[in-house]
Amino acid sequence: MLYLTEILELPVYDVSGKKIGRVAELAAASAAQPPRVAQFLLKDGKDKPPLSVSLEDVSSVSADRVRLRISGERVHAFQPDDSLLFLRKDLLDQQIIDVNGRKVVRVNDLSFDEKVADSHPELRIHAVDIGLGGAVRRLLSGVVPKPWLRKIETRLKQSAIPWEYVDLLESDPLRRVKLNISHKVLAKMHPADLADIVEELAPKDRHAIFTALDSATAADALSEVDPQMQVSIVESLVDSLDTARAAEIVDEMAPDAAADLLADLSEETISGLLHDMPREEAEELGELLEFAENSAGGLMTTDHIALPAEATVGDARNLLVGLPELPENFNTVFLVDDVGRFLGSVPLARFVVASPQQKLVDLKAEPLMRVSAEAPERDAIELVDKYNLLALPVVNELDRLVGVITVDDIVSLLRKKG
Amino acid sequence: MRFLRRWKFRILIFFAVIGPGFITANVDNDAGGIYTYSLAGARYGYSLLWTLIPITIVLAVVQEMSARLGAVTGKGLADLIREEFGFRITFLMMVALTLANLANVMGEFAGVASSLQIFGISKYLSVPAVAVFVWLLVVRGTYKTVEKVFLVACSFYVCYIFSGIMARPDWLVAAESMFRPGLRLESGHLTMLVGVMGATVAPWMQFYLQSAIVEKGVERRHYAGSKLEVLVGCIASTLVAFFIVVACAATLYLNGRRDIADGADAALALRPLAGEYASALFALGLFNASVFAASILPLATAYSVCEGLGFEAGVNKKFREAPVFYWLYTSLIVLGAGLILIPGIPLVQVSYLSQVANGFLLPFVLIFMLLLINRADLMGEYTNSWGYNLVARATVAALVLLTLALVGLSLF
Repeated sequence: MLYLTEILELPVYDVSGKKIGRVAELAAASAAQPPRVAQFLLKDGKDKPPLSVSLEDVSSVSADRVRLRISGERVHAFQPDDSLLFLRKDLLDQQIIDVNGRKVVRVNDLSFDEKVADSHPELRIHAVDIGLGGAVRRLLSGVVPKPWLRKIETRLKQSAIPWEYVDLLESDPLRRVKLNISHKVLAKMHPADLADIVEELAPKDRHAIFTALDSATAADALSEVDPQMQVSIVESLVDSLDTARAAEIVDEMAPDAAADLLADLSEETISGLLHDMPREEAEELGELLEFAENSAGGLMTTDHIALPAEATVGDARNLLVGLPELPENFNTVFLVDDVGRFLGSVPLARFVVASPQQKLVDLKAEPLMRVSAEAPERDAIELVDKYNLLALPVVNELDRLVGVITVDDIVSLLRKKG
Repeated sequence: MRFLRRWKFRILIFFAVIGPGFITANVDNDAGGIYTYSLAGARYGYSLLWTLIPITIVLAVVQEMSARLGAVTGKGLADLIREEFGFRITFLMMVALTLANLANVMGEFAGVASSLQIFGISKYLSVPAVAVFVWLLVVRGTYKTVEKVFLVACSFYVCYIFSGIMARPDWLVAAESMFRPGLRLESGHLTMLVGVMGATVAPWMQFYLQSAIVEKGVERRHYAGSKLEVLVGCIASTLVAFFIVVACAATLYLNGRRDIADGADAALALRPLAGEYASALFALGLFNASVFAASILPLATAYSVCEGLGFEAGVNKKFREAPVFYWLYTSLIVLGAGLILIPGIPLVQVSYLSQVANGFLLPFVLIFMLLLINRADLMGEYTNSWGYNLVARATVAALVLLTLALVGLSLF
């Protein structure tokens, strides 16, 4: 096993044994996974431009030197190439996402798998060292003889992330494409974990992740992020002239979460976002925004399922099966009359044991519980607590069903307050 | 409703920005600060007042640089040093910072001990009690609620302004001293210069302020507000320093009490305002300042070190998740408080010397800040102007020269 920091600063000798510089940087081709080191960049003196040696021209990498199989005259100046990953500049000491451990970590060192192919060494990134071992190597290399150092290292707790679980951060979008960074692995994480990670990053990297993720994942993660940071993420998308992207994400969010977020944005940003959203969703959000933030209406989501009271359990099941997507935390079906007036709630559990012919009206929970959209949120909390509700219907002044407050909203609200 | 929301929005931005600079400026006048300014007035009368003008400029420039680095890069100072200068340099910097901050924590506990001694409470009781209180305050996550109490109690500093005026100082001499720089090649005098500098522009504050700016999410576009707030904080901070020096000069120095051995001595400066209650007033103010800083310093240190060296950090993490963070935080409090319990340790001197240690470390922190803030690839159009560079470089040069002169004086 070879480490990046052991190779950096090694003297480089050409085929005739003449020293031509020191290793200043390792460049890897990022198209292959895991990336393979393609070039060593050499520095000879401070102000000269770096030279580049392809790994095919290297004959050996040993503990104290790098030997080339070509003569020094055939080594040329480095030609910049955006698709190369620079291991010292882009990775060493930088932050990366540990996908498996679900956190942001700092790179202490990189380890390589070393192989000989066609009589030249081949180096592939094996893992990212984030532990004490790497830290001590960085601190003591050059101060303590190498064999001692290895001995000390073996006694320390090793901690490394295999390359396949590493997600790179790159804030420049063009370079991200060239380096083949997709953040696809992040989409597999739970939104709450992803949100924790995003909160630890610098704004630029945050922005980069929210531009790269698919909008559904981005929306889920954004809903879990701290409200103040939500605002700054959306503002940074809008500022970078990416209102359409921001609108897409907000559109994918649950309406109540989206409305809470919009309430903290400036008037101008809100109208820009609503303009870029499908009309129906925009109108819905516009209505939600009209409710005071600390009222039942401000707490509710409009996403709910209401059925006519005379429908049967069989009808309801057929309808639910045909829906493309169920509302978030769906646990109650509401009953309304032909003008939308609220008539009752049927907890989903009752469906399970009922026969298909049974009328929904006969299954409704007693007593009839509802809250006015204008009522203070305190009232909603009290009702949910007192009657142990999972979902509390919200009605307007005509007693028409306009939305629902689910118990998870109440839990978040109480946590925020307490 | 819309109107209300807009208002809420505005107020949110205002508060998001009013925080860091103002708090940092207040924490700046901690036990070490109060004792150092008091000693400056008691030992040298008005003659050191001239330092406050350049120091205010330096403070404003340096704080603004910290805030700008934070707002533009979105990263803490320790993070940036690590990313741009590698592990070994970061490690050395963090060791130095931890040692200097340990001295500062000792200074705060010395403040606790000496303030409560005025009420006859033994340090063997007060120091451990406050150490436990501070530890719990932060680990239990109740710090944010108590912060406001600390901030309100900081209005105590206003007492120095009134006392300074009521002591009827010789304003003519004071004004003259403001503009007549005097330098004596004598180690006590030079040490005091370093101390006043370190008390006003403390290295740990730069780390703290930058992280606070990042954490509050102040970004480029809100940055103008932050800049103003930092400036107001700096002026408030040195205004207090000015009146502490004047109050001490007009009372202690003029009455021939040229040294401050304990809190009761320093409290005499408040006599013109508070009469016989001066001691009690001083004790309460010093106690608040000490506990305030003692609850920020160990935490800020643990955060900086873990940030820079790549350990997990945060009071919202469990001990198992962030062991280094919690060990470091706890050790700083235990050591800082424990060393103050050594019988006969000179409390005021400990507080004062911690500020001198700050002064020695400051140039190194400034060098890193200068190297970082002048890099176009990091800062874009927000690199330093030549005026800023001039002030910061001159400060580095002045502090290095002072340090060398002190080393020279102690050798020959």
